[in-house]
Amino acid sequence: MPQIFHRSTNTLSRATIFGAVFVVAVLGWAALEVQRSPYVTYAGVRKPQPVPFSHQHHVAGLGIDCRYCHTTVETSSFAGIPPTKTCMNCHSQIWTNAQLLEPVRASYRTGQSLQWTRVNQLPDFVYFNHSIHINKGVGCNTCHGPVDQMPLMYQQESLQMEWCLDCHRAPEKNLRPREQVFNMRYQQPTGLNPVKVDGQRYDDQFDLGTALVKKYSVRSVKDITSCNTCHR
Amino acid sequence: MDEQSKMTANAQETPVMEPGYTFGTVTEKISAIVLTRPASNGWFVGFGIAFLMTMMMLYAIGYLFLKGVGIWGVTIPIGWGFAIINFVWWIGIGHAGTLISAILLLLRQSWRNSINRFAEAMTLFAVACAGIFPGIHVGRPWLAYWLFPYPSTMGVWPQFRSPLMWDVFAVSTYATISALFWFIGLVPDMATLRDRATHPAARIIYGMLSLGWRGSARHWHRYETAYLLLAGLATPLVLSVHTVVSFDFAVGIVPGWHTTIFPPYFVAGAIYSGFAMVLMLAIPIRKIYNLEDFITELHLQNAAKVMLATGLIVAYGYGIEAFMGWYSGDRYDAFTLWNRLHGPYAIPYWSLLVCNIFIPQVLWIRKLRSNPVALFFVSLVILVGMWLERFIIVVVSLSRDFLTSSWGMYYPTRWDWMTYVGTIGMFLAAIFLFVRLLPMISIFEMRTLLPEAEVKE
Repeated sequence: MPQIFHRSTNTLSRATIFGAVFVVAVLGWAALEVQRSPYVTYAGVRKPQPVPFSHQHHVAGLGIDCRYCHTTVETSSFAGIPPTKTCMNCHSQIWTNAQLLEPVRASYRTGQSLQWTRVNQLPDFVYFNHSIHINKGVGCNTCHGPVDQMPLMYQQESLQMEWCLDCHRAPEKNLRPREQVFNMRYQQPTGLNPVKVDGQRYDDQFDLGTALVKKYSVRSVKDITSCNTCHR
Repeated sequence: MDEQSKMTANAQETPVMEPGYTFGTVTEKISAIVLTRPASNGWFVGFGIAFLMTMMMLYAIGYLFLKGVGIWGVTIPIGWGFAIINFVWWIGIGHAGTLISAILLLLRQSWRNSINRFAEAMTLFAVACAGIFPGIHVGRPWLAYWLFPYPSTMGVWPQFRSPLMWDVFAVSTYATISALFWFIGLVPDMATLRDRATHPAARIIYGMLSLGWRGSARHWHRYETAYLLLAGLATPLVLSVHTVVSFDFAVGIVPGWHTTIFPPYFVAGAIYSGFAMVLMLAIPIRKIYNLEDFITELHLQNAAKVMLATGLIVAYGYGIEAFMGWYSGDRYDAFTLWNRLHGPYAIPYWSLLVCNIFIPQVLWIRKLRSNPVALFFVSLVILVGMWLERFIIVVVSLSRDFLTSSWGMYYPTRWDWMTYVGTIGMFLAAIFLFVRLLPMISIFEMRTLLPEAEVKE
């Protein structure tokens, strides 16, 4: 009786069996990577805006405070998008003829709001409150990244739940003194660059963070990682 | 001495295999069903009907995906309807296969050799049917993979303290081990089919599935080791899988669910229904394919005895439930019992008692145990009874809980029935294909039962 299979089938079957393990592992890994990539999260993607507003120019160049435009960030869940009038405080005086700013002037003339494209968008089933984060010492750039370096606004982080939980499970990793919250160039304490709170020097983020958790009465990790803290 | 001779007499009366066979004729008889015997018209009609039922199931599931679980009868307070009932029923049926192949192997019960192959196939197909339900009963079935723990972007794991999570592990382990066990056991027979097949495609396919089996002493040694190891792994599963399934209920606090009797009573019920299914398949198959010499009266007798024993354990479970309803002094437990006997679901409950406890008592009669037709119908009654048992557990407890304000009724819709009947079709379609494509009785294990196989020491 002739052989059904060629000798090479032995090698081939071994290769496919072990290869299958490898292929499945790589596919699993790739799926998890894609799920966290900007392809899914849009992190780092510059979305088109009606006016190419530059945070870099206004914040780093001109030194305008975040709260000049985002007025309700300390008191409300919503940081606030400024009305056209806020833009016109300055732009009724400077760059009054710039073609780039025509949509702003048009909005001012007609009373129709500018339709900005939302950049940092959380799903509707997430309850998020800006004011509590600001008041407990979470810096703007902890979540929003170096906004003062962004000529066009983009989302810095993935905004995925695991990212939220990273901080909620260990808030001391990121807290800073309240007065430093709007400081875009704030550095976490090191031996060379200590941070003072209530006369006490801290040269380590863990010590500082732990002290601030206590000082600002941040609720326990169990509380702030409970499902209904964010999914109400 | 007297007893021993009596046992020998018994064994002579109903042998594991009828005498007169040789290695060659056993191999020929079993492999011919697959290789040379043409598929009959009856096979095509049976498979066609089962296939249509499968299509009906796919239609019902497709419509479910389109519309959502609202097309089913489930609603508050009865959020668990047919899906859970059918899941438990099918998983239970699978248990007989594992018991036959693993536990009876370890106990050296040679009568298992004739029925283990198709009992294991039955297990696999039953688990496949069961596996459909947890997947489709979640509100968003395309996210059913959330049942499994994997490093998700949500940064949380499934709730490991929930029995539903344990279920995922129990059932997926069960499916994996059953599939491996079945396949390993098939390898030597695949080689037989490869060697006997004449069609080149059949030779290549069976050749690939036989994994290069040549029947050398080393192959046999490794095979025996692997098979025993898998039997050892599968043995605890016979007990653990349905125990975990019973935890889905027992860990809850609903009256009628929250009892410690559930694990043993569920396991006994599983084996009970599983053997009923084995008989319902074996009886027609041995008749149609003239396998009465291999699946003899002894097998029917033994299966019937197992059903009788497990049926009595189940009856004991019902008895204890009723007793505890009174003895616990808990008014809700007492009401659960009263409600089962007299409430809106009294008819299914009484039918369940008749199907599972009263009718199977006829198995005490030896004549009936060896009458295939009678056994077939008793098995059918048991399968219906076991389905009703799960219906009573799931629906009646949820329909009447602590607060009268949250009482309600459950009315299955046509979609519930189409899905349920459809899975039966899928199960049968798989069985139809199995008997045509694979040796439904283990050829090489049957050969070990022959006098030729006795080694003189």
